[in-house]
Amino acid sequence: MKDDHSSAPRTVPIQSATFSNPVNAEIRRAAATGIYDIRGGGAKRKVPHFDDLLFLGASISRYPLEGYREACDTSVTLGTRYAKNPIKLDIPITIAGMSFGALSGAAKEALGRGATLAGTSTTTGDGGMTPEERGHSKTLVYQYLPSRYGMNPDDLRKADAIEVVVGQGAKPGGGGMLLGQKITDRVAQMRNLPKGIDQRSACRHPDWTGPDDLEIKILELREITGWRVPIYIKVGGARPYFDTTLAVKAGADVVVIDGMQGGTAATQDVFIEHVGMPTLACIREAVRALEDLGMHREVQLIVSGGIRTGADVAKCMALGADAVSIGTAALIALGDNDPKWEAEYQKLGTTAGAYDDWHEGNDPAGISTQNPDLAARLDPVEGGRRLRNYLKVMTLEAQTIARACGKNKLHNLEPEDLCALTMEAAAMAKVPLAGTDWWPGKPGTTF
Amino acid sequence: MQTIDMATTSLRDLNATLQAQAEATNQTAWEIVNPKGSHAIAVGLDAPIEVTVKGSTGYYCAGMNKQATITVNGSVGPGVAENMMSGTVIIDGDASQYAGATGHGGTLIIKGNASSRCGISMKGIDIIVHGNVGHMSAFMAQSGNLVVCGDAGDALGDSIYEARLFVRGSVKSLGADCIEKEMRPEHIALLADLLERGGCDAKPEEFKRYGSARQLYNFNIDNAY
Ligand SMILES: Cc1cc2nc3c(=O)[nH]c(=O)nc-3n(C[C@H](O)[C@H](O)[C@H](O)COP(=O)(O)O)c2cc1C
Repeated sequence: MKDDHSSAPRTVPIQSATFSNPVNAEIRRAAATGIYDIRGGGAKRKVPHFDDLLFLGASISRYPLEGYREACDTSVTLGTRYAKNPIKLDIPITIAGMSFGALSGAAKEALGRGATLAGTSTTTGDGGMTPEERGHSKTLVYQYLPSRYGMNPDDLRKADAIEVVVGQGAKPGGGGMLLGQKITDRVAQMRNLPKGIDQRSACRHPDWTGPDDLEIKILELREITGWRVPIYIKVGGARPYFDTTLAVKAGADVVVIDGMQGGTAATQDVFIEHVGMPTLACIREAVRALEDLGMHREVQLIVSGGIRTGADVAKCMALGADAVSIGTAALIALGDNDPKWEAEYQKLGTTAGAYDDWHEGNDPAGISTQNPDLAARLDPVEGGRRLRNYLKVMTLEAQTIARACGKNKLHNLEPEDLCALTMEAAAMAKVPLAGTDWWPGKPGTTF
Repeated sequence: MQTIDMATTSLRDLNATLQAQAEATNQTAWEIVNPKGSHAIAVGLDAPIEVTVKGSTGYYCAGMNKQATITVNGSVGPGVAENMMSGTVIIDGDASQYAGATGHGGTLIIKGNASSRCGISMKGIDIIVHGNVGHMSAFMAQSGNLVVCGDAGDALGDSIYEARLFVRGSVKSLGADCIEKEMRPEHIALLADLLERGGCDAKPEEFKRYGSARQLYNFNIDNAY
């Protein structure tokens, strides 16, 4: 008798983990258009991160400080090595460089207002300094970028610090792109280029190539600004030990390390997702470089890339950073990707929380746009208030953790306050895997 | 004439003194002796003074200059007059790499040769070179004019935007998106003025003009290598 298969159970359809639906959709999109995907934001893939670390808190061997009552200092001074006027901030959370061009003038103003209310600094970006931004930022860091768009000595002298940008975590080794639709008259004029053309931001500086040249470039910048202001060097998270060492050798007052989760205004998706190291993996290596040079806390370390909460801030401090910097989170605080614009996100073929076509200039929240109608949706005063609130909450959260660990100063947090949930995080942060006294690569152990 | 001797004056004091000269200073003539190849000489000036450097300099001489006229009686290292905004910089000898890089305005005159990447990313400056320029000159040049009385090296004007390039001699090769363009009467007139300002003994008719084919202006996949 023949087997009857008609009612037999069938193999259920199984989606390939390798050829997943999003992967296949991207193959089809590429096949249809012949153009790779450009987008804003940072790496979306899951990588070992601060969520993989936990604080231990106090116990018999350490006693805690009282909740919100006992003092827990959050201030930080940046640029103590050479600058006559180091930067003094009330909180160790700074606003990262985001360009006028990528962001609207009102968004830049809101960042300046919020940072100033919270007692911290904000940073210019590719495209130069706008008067709105300078006017509303008590402490403004001026980025010195490969493109030198809008770069001039007057603005340089108006800055409270200078950040030489070597790279960004979203794209170490990559330049930038501002598409023509965002090049209004004002943006074009600031960049000395015709309106409406796609603007490439160079991937390397035009007048220096290696660390020895960089040292001389920094000498020039100091001579032009009278050795008054600190000079930061920002690098993408790639080779943090060597980059930190070379930045210190070149004369940096402050080293900024931006991990791969760090946001960008517009870069190829393949670059964002496949180049660079997770933020978590950068910090201890940068600190080790500073320690080997006897420069930890002499040259300050700022860490960025995927920082969202006071817990993230506290973890960076515990791993040895002096301050952190936020980009994406600050934009979200202003209203980026807010579900209240869901209907409009749907029209753009996306959804709140996933909108990343910032380069197209159609941002429903009015932040990453130069379209005056959209930009008018962001009230810079209200935006500033929201950012101030958010920074305040992050600071309170970080203090809560620090007090629980018995610290009367955020910077007294230390690696011994942490444990890791995964082997990867233990190896990267060089703190024990929870429940053990061991991490991969711990000196004196074998693995 | 004020003289500053770098054998006895620090770079910091030199620059601080020159930078302190106000718009209306009556001490308009300055001479720097014993520069000994120092870096960052006469940077960040912002007054209509005349500075003569008696000897050769290192990197970034006259960097970010505004208003001043700076003459170097010698050769200069990399990045001379980088990001100049206005004023005039004259080099009697040769210039190393990145001469006039990202300059926004003013005039840079090099009486000898310039090395590679002369006028890289220039944003409005006029650069006049009596001799030759090296490879990758006028890379990503945005605006302004580059005049070369001698020859140009490889990849001239790679990824150029709206800058105008005039070369009298040979061009080893043109970079991406850079093409030869017609010399119209307005270009002859412009070049005549530049040659006169540069003190060049050359006729505009002897030059060819190069500029952007404007094929890379809008992003498309074929540009994305
Ligand atoms: C919209 C946007 C524009 C940016 N523009 C610049 C820039 O002009 N220069 C720069 O060095 N980094 C730029 N960045 C990167 C930030 O300075 C910072 O490194 C990054 O946002 C930190 O990571 P986070 O976004 O996860 O906080 C930009 C980031 C965003 C989101």
